[in-house]
Amino acid sequence: MGLFILRRFGVMLLTALCLTFIVFFLTNLYPNLEKLAKTQGNQRMSDEQVQTWLDNRGYSDPLLTKYGRWLGVMPGFTKTLNDGQFVGTCVRPGLTPEETPRFCGIAQGDWGYSTRFKADVDEIIWKRLGNTLYLMMWVMILMVPSALLVGVLAGMREGSRTDRSLSTFSILSTATPEYVSGVIFIAVFTSSTVGLKWFKGTATQAMEEPTFENFFLPVLTIALYGMGYIARMTRASMTEVMTAQYIRTARLKGVSFPNIVIKHALRNALIAPFTVIMLQFPWLLNGVVIVESLFNYKGFGWVLVEAAGNNDIQLLLAVSVVSVFVVLITQLISDIGYVYLNPRIRIS
Amino acid sequence: MEPLGTFEIIIRVLYQLSSVWIALLLLFALSIAFKRRLGLYGKLFDSPIGMIGFGLVMFWVFVGIFGAMDLIITHDPLSQVSGMKNKVPGTPLAGAEEGEYAWYLLGGDNLARDVFSRVVKGAWIVVQIAPLATLFAFMVGITLGLPAGYYGGRLDTFLSFLANLILAFPVILLFYLLVTPEIVATGLPTMMAIVLFMFPIIFLGVLLNSRYRTQPAFRTPLLIGVLGFALWLYLALISENGYLVRSIPGLPSVLDPFDIPGGILVVFVSVVFVNSPTVFRIVRGLAMDIKTRDYVAAAQTRGEGPWYIMLWEILPNARGPLIVDFCLRIGYTTILLGTLGFFGLGLPPESPDWGSTINEGRKLLSIYLHPALPPALALLSLVLGLNLLADGLREESLKD
Repeated sequence: MGLFILRRFGVMLLTALCLTFIVFFLTNLYPNLEKLAKTQGNQRMSDEQVQTWLDNRGYSDPLLTKYGRWLGVMPGFTKTLNDGQFVGTCVRPGLTPEETPRFCGIAQGDWGYSTRFKADVDEIIWKRLGNTLYLMMWVMILMVPSALLVGVLAGMREGSRTDRSLSTFSILSTATPEYVSGVIFIAVFTSSTVGLKWFKGTATQAMEEPTFENFFLPVLTIALYGMGYIARMTRASMTEVMTAQYIRTARLKGVSFPNIVIKHALRNALIAPFTVIMLQFPWLLNGVVIVESLFNYKGFGWVLVEAAGNNDIQLLLAVSVVSVFVVLITQLISDIGYVYLNPRIRIS
Repeated sequence: MEPLGTFEIIIRVLYQLSSVWIALLLLFALSIAFKRRLGLYGKLFDSPIGMIGFGLVMFWVFVGIFGAMDLIITHDPLSQVSGMKNKVPGTPLAGAEEGEYAWYLLGGDNLARDVFSRVVKGAWIVVQIAPLATLFAFMVGITLGLPAGYYGGRLDTFLSFLANLILAFPVILLFYLLVTPEIVATGLPTMMAIVLFMFPIIFLGVLLNSRYRTQPAFRTPLLIGVLGFALWLYLALISENGYLVRSIPGLPSVLDPFDIPGGILVVFVSVVFVNSPTVFRIVRGLAMDIKTRDYVAAAQTRGEGPWYIMLWEILPNARGPLIVDFCLRIGYTTILLGTLGFFGLGLPPESPDWGSTINEGRKLLSIYLHPALPPALALLSLVLGLNLLADGLREESLKD
């Protein structure tokens, strides 16, 4: 088991390296650098000025050198401009040229400096990730129990009327992406045209003081899209368990139906959905980006949109590292958890 | 002129769609009449869920096709009419001229364009791109997934690592990196198109060659004909003004009947790129399962080539799950296209596709509902139809 986890971590690191290199390559293509120069300098720079700007900040160096700098295995770029201004990859406001470290990269625990927000990347990421984790936590609290409940109720008696209506509900929810359900919810529950006005159409205030009124709609919007999928998986696994021999034996013994479901069927039926729930995390990440822009909630997804829109290279790299690790770690947990939940499977 | 009431709006919309109703009726009548002779497609009409799903899907397909033929739309989806900004459904057109449709049936959006016509035109964009992109993703996934599952070993490890690499990217991050005007300017999407669009040709070539390898007299002209046509289509798709990428010469403009705008091409390529790793994983899993069957062993003993076994023994036996996944994946592609439109990536901002329209409509959502809701409901019903269709197909294919 230890070796298995170790190997998975190895693959994970390799994947993260490859992915960050791809992101690095894409963000360092010349048109993107030109855009960065123009947003940082000024919009009316001539081509020569753009080139000088990039040269002066080390952006024109070979790709591998720049990537090495970001990783922290190559010394950072520094240069004193003609007007005495000291610039470079490791330069931060408030540090004198003597204090500026020679190396600054992931290896030194430095995630870089955001050109969009003019702040340290790890500071931004932690703050925004906190907002998003809070959102995710409530999504999970709402989504998982209700999806399992819907799935178990539907799979308990296959083909019954409850099954039909709950299955239709889960198909409907998988067919409704966040930007459709969000728009419908905002239209129905917050607009003055329909006049219900139960909730608030933005979650901007929810960052300081989340209340049911301003926070429920974003949570519901994300939860609904993922819910249908988990519910369908739970239903499939529940119907399979309900046709098993030991359930028939229990029934012939005269065990009451609620007892069969709760004591005999449920545990076995919940093994498969566990993996599905863990694998939902990467999907939730997508939903988070959509919902955060729809409801104006400044979290991790908002940072992604801002960083990509402004070609903020180091922030974007940090965002992709975080999201890649979320994906890979959830995969690892789902594999390990599956083994623990299902004693029939053992890793050789 | 009087504004229309709700009932009148419904009647007029239904009337506008009359060509769609006729086509649907004909299709269903013919299909039900001959359903015993139509195989899996005919069996679909035994399941009510499958029939509802198929009906919804075909409704939007016909709306898309007839909309493109200008049979349904009442106004030009791009032109703005003064005085119609954010007007509610059924508002009469201010100063309508002779021969012009006198109402905005579903109202006007914030740029005074007709919502109804835009939704209809948006259907055409989806109906064009989504199935084709899914088909390409399947070609890529099958061409790579079959050998990975059949041979296993190093090839499998390498290809699976690549697939997992792409799958580890959050889709939206990938879109934000790939579908920007800056990236289009570098020519990277065209290069990806050059690689990705090659797979259907390889697939076709290998498919036909492995089948007719033993009859060279028939195979050679067939391959030349089919591959020649495919190659011409391939070059016509990716070359623009006689060039592939910047200075690499491609198909001369004389032989190039159509150009795909860079925006559409990048959307298409990125959707194929995002979908193919998942298809690869499914095909690989199916191939690994099926290669242990007796008929594969029999084919191996007969001395059939590996590609014949993969494409003519394994693939036909994997068709059930693949067809079901194909339907689901078209739905997912539709959602992805909507996501792209929602973030204003790729397609031009005035484009009537549903995602962009929802994105524009949501800004005024607390006051005006009508510009955002019709495209949202349209997208919802199409994806729902595809999911129901997949469910019906799964049910029916499990019966035999």
